[in-house]
Amino acid sequence: MRHLQPINQKASRIERYLEHDVVALSGQPVGYQAPQQPEGPHIPLGCSLVFSPGWEVDRTGGTAGLCQPVERDLFDCHLGCFWPAHVPDQLNKAPDWTAKCAAAQKDWRKLDLIFP
Amino acid sequence: MTVRTEVKLSTREFHAFDAAGRKFLYMVPSAAVFGLDEPAAAVLDRLGERKMSAAEIVADLDGRFSSEDVLHSVNELMQVRAIGEAGVLQEPAPKQMPPTPFPLTTMVLNVTNQCNLSCGYCYEYGEDKIVDTENGRQPKFMNEETARQSVEFMLEESGEIETVHLTFFGGETLMNFPVLQKTVEYARRRAGELGKGVEFSLTTNATLLRPDIIEWLADNEIGVTVSIDGPKEMQDQFRVFKGGRGSYDIVAPKVRELLRRHRSRPIGARVTLTRNVLDVQRIYRHLHDEIGFWEVGFAPVTTAWGRDWAIDDSGFHAMLGQFNALAEDFLEAALQNRHHGFSNVKDTIEEIHKGVSKAYPCGAGLGLMGVATDGDVSLCHRFAGSPEHKLGSVADGVDHSLQQEFLEKHHLSEKTDCHTCWARPLCSGGCYHEAYTRYGTTTGPNLHYCEWIRSWTDTCLRVYGELASHNPGYLAVFN
Repeated sequence: MRHLQPINQKASRIERYLEHDVVALSGQPVGYQAPQQPEGPHIPLGCSLVFSPGWEVDRTGGTAGLCQPVERDLFDCHLGCFWPAHVPDQLNKAPDWTAKCAAAQKDWRKLDLIFP
Repeated sequence: MTVRTEVKLSTREFHAFDAAGRKFLYMVPSAAVFGLDEPAAAVLDRLGERKMSAAEIVADLDGRFSSEDVLHSVNELMQVRAIGEAGVLQEPAPKQMPPTPFPLTTMVLNVTNQCNLSCGYCYEYGEDKIVDTENGRQPKFMNEETARQSVEFMLEESGEIETVHLTFFGGETLMNFPVLQKTVEYARRRAGELGKGVEFSLTTNATLLRPDIIEWLADNEIGVTVSIDGPKEMQDQFRVFKGGRGSYDIVAPKVRELLRRHRSRPIGARVTLTRNVLDVQRIYRHLHDEIGFWEVGFAPVTTAWGRDWAIDDSGFHAMLGQFNALAEDFLEAALQNRHHGFSNVKDTIEEIHKGVSKAYPCGAGLGLMGVATDGDVSLCHRFAGSPEHKLGSVADGVDHSLQQEFLEKHHLSEKTDCHTCWARPLCSGGCYHEAYTRYGTTTGPNLHYCEWIRSWTDTCLRVYGELASHNPGYLAVFN
């Protein structure tokens, strides 16, 4: 590296890694022609291509093969989506419903059921 | 060279800091530290909170840096993940569990839960205690049989580890000196038979030190940490005998004698900071310069909300100012290759140098465990004897399913609050016992000192940056 100087031991390890395996780490560096084919969009096999609430079923008609959990839609519903799912009332009854869910993709399991 | 410069870029997770007149990046979560040259620093500065394409950055920096330099910088910053395509989420770090069975490297043996002092803030006797040390089911002193069993437990659980550490803790450890002596003898013999080494240390309040005990500690190369809070008026605020009499006048001459005679291991002081005892520099000067401790480590008192001794927000702020000033002293000494005994900064710098990125705040329940007087094994010495935090017993070994459950629940990836904090590679949520005392659970992060930790980590990073630039040789001791 010319513009970044590794200072601690971890940085030196990253530099060694980049020198040997730059392609695997970062995919296609911006600013230069990539040495490999540019990455196309990621299409998970067997998943619905339509991310519109109500349409997320896999090709078998179930939800097991989806690339995202159905709970993610549930989470979306309180953020301005039209789908009238029963999500907790975050204004009055359950203000902390999403407190433990900073990023839905990662933390969706922490969205718990709420019983009135 | 075909340039693909239309993609909008934005910054990713890192903490930028300045030292020695240049810019550094502390990468999160890898904990790598990179120094930036001028073009790379200008790229990051220009990008800031914005979303810009490489072409736009080149255009903005035209006249200052060549497009080649800017594009190279962009590329390198992308490679280390300091910047990335805007709108594309960074993959979260995978939840990597430690390999099992994980070898035990340190066992803390609570040889007694009794103490001849009556420090108000004590987590073992005071209002925040977890275990009933007065009338509970635990024996007041560990007997020889349990201590021997503990040694066998430690050697068994240490697996392939060649040198294990046995630390004596209390209560006041020297109240059970006979068992302590026999345990050292036994452990040394048994470790020798198995071809292992064993190192010993203990924590004491120094009130019961006698010439023959000091002699024995020195001869046996026992590392000693003395719990002491500073000069007389500070020590005597909380570190008192049962009748309320301060302990400084008893402790000071004994500590001086210990330091004079015991030269085989460095001797450290461990200071508990409280609301009215926050003059870190004065305490350091007294304990290091006047009394002669090799190292002095400071920790704010572990306490529930609202106790008299609890440090409030303004106290934490004052403490940070004091820590920063002492860190400056440390830096000045380190630049000249002189020893400085402020262990808080030294320990953090070592972790920064290695690029430690922790999934757990400490080794408790992993490579370190605490043993209660009856032989119950818990997360660490602070939980020794607590049934809720038990992981096994010295007779039956570690219950690995309990341990696995603990490790699953306490992994950094479970601490959502920490996921946007740049200091998480070093802090990882902080002390389990502190969290338990504050929030009633070991699983949560210590949210009451987040700001403090970030400020202190930033200070240590700047000290590190200065040393890496002006005296890299000093850091070689950590390699």
